[in-house]
Amino acid sequence: MSVPTDLLYSKDHEWVKKEADGKVRIGITEFAQKELGDIVFVELPEVGAELNAGDSFGSVESVKTVSELYAPVNGVVSEINDELEDSPEFVNESPYEKAWMIELESVDESAFGQLLDAAAYEKLIG
Amino acid sequence: MPDLKITPLYNYYKSQNAKLIDFGGYLLPVQMTGIKNEHHAVRTAAGIFDVSHMGEFGVEGEGAQQFLQEMVTNDVAKAHPGDALYTAMCYEDGGTVDDLLIYCFDTNHYQLVVNAANIDKDFNWLSEHAPQSINLTNRSEQIALLAVQGPHALNSVQKITDYDLTSIEHFKFAKHVSLNGVDSLVSRTGYTGEDGLELYCPWDQACSIWNALLEKGASDGLIPCGLGARDTLRFEARLPLYGQELSSTISPLEAGIGFAVKTNKPIDFIGKQALITQKTGGLKRKIVGLEMIDRAIPRSHYKVYAGDKEIGEVTTGTQAPTIGKNLGLALLNSEWTKLGTEVDVDVRGKRKKAKIVKTPFYKRS
Repeated sequence: MSVPTDLLYSKDHEWVKKEADGKVRIGITEFAQKELGDIVFVELPEVGAELNAGDSFGSVESVKTVSELYAPVNGVVSEINDELEDSPEFVNESPYEKAWMIELESVDESAFGQLLDAAAYEKLIG
Repeated sequence: MPDLKITPLYNYYKSQNAKLIDFGGYLLPVQMTGIKNEHHAVRTAAGIFDVSHMGEFGVEGEGAQQFLQEMVTNDVAKAHPGDALYTAMCYEDGGTVDDLLIYCFDTNHYQLVVNAANIDKDFNWLSEHAPQSINLTNRSEQIALLAVQGPHALNSVQKITDYDLTSIEHFKFAKHVSLNGVDSLVSRTGYTGEDGLELYCPWDQACSIWNALLEKGASDGLIPCGLGARDTLRFEARLPLYGQELSSTISPLEAGIGFAVKTNKPIDFIGKQALITQKTGGLKRKIVGLEMIDRAIPRSHYKVYAGDKEIGEVTTGTQAPTIGKNLGLALLNSEWTKLGTEVDVDVRGKRKKAKIVKTPFYKRS
């Protein structure tokens, strides 16, 4: 199971990537997409939405189930990956690259302390 | 965790690392390689399903036909030896005990095939009403069931038998068919909307037939399938699932299986009066097809509204793999069931527009 070491992880199976410009990208992990199965629908927030850690910011749906997405950190949505509207299968095919979901700016970095590193996340999904 | 039962394919599932869930008290896989992949295999080639969790009852003795006529809604006298008959079994108020298949061996000997979750309930219900002359046996744990479905299904199964499978017509069956050397009952039936066969064999022989079919059917595109694809396939073909489109509070008429309700058959059956009243008075609610207009997927139990008025709920919904649309079946107040009527579905707190569409969503050409 792929767990890249340059990312941070939430217990809700989201990954968080710090960009050079201080923004962060968020998506769901390889483990999460495997558990969900074929993803057929992704719902994302509007650009400009303010999120607090723990807020639901959208959902991913597989053939069988709906799964809420929870913001792992605070911030303001600066961009969404609208390719996922037409190509939700990217979540299965490329969860860490093509299927990034939202980008946040004005991120409160103190919340990063709550996240797991790759080793801790691997232990979680054991 | 209740004690879960396993099917003869349990070790196969374990060897494939398949994730198993509780379905009707049995441990079964949601998927083997992926729901969409399995779904498309059945629509274009073939898939094999382990449905050994289904229940099988023997009904034997003088007056077996008469007894079943009193218990079920379809006309059992129309089923001759070698016929499989789909029917509902109802309570006095018209609610559904179960939907089932009746295999006719002769007028004193039938086999019933019932839903796994209803095995005990059905057996008790039948036992309560059975006269002395009828011998009712629950053979659910001796008989395994494999369903091979799809345009290449017959071709695949033909490779493990000398019996001419094309001679078994739709909704007919043959006894004592040797499948890979195992004495089996084979019917031209299924739950996917495709052509196909259902294979009844002894519990401990199912795995050998399964393995032989996977090996011989591979060149036909036959792949193993789980419950997820079984559900999306039956959904597109608008075949009801007990617990969703049918229940103790949903009658077979409301569920749209009126073709299996023969209120004019010569023998009175349980629920007849209630069903006649529903028929003559007009149905107050019925199952219809929904297609989402807004971007959203309807799911079981989502409420449906016309303006502020709640008019029913979704019974099954998903993104239909063959059609690619977000579709649902919903039990709605009949006033709002005309084709093209726009309604709202409450999708996790947000109202999303949908319209009533024709069913089945998919019909084999």
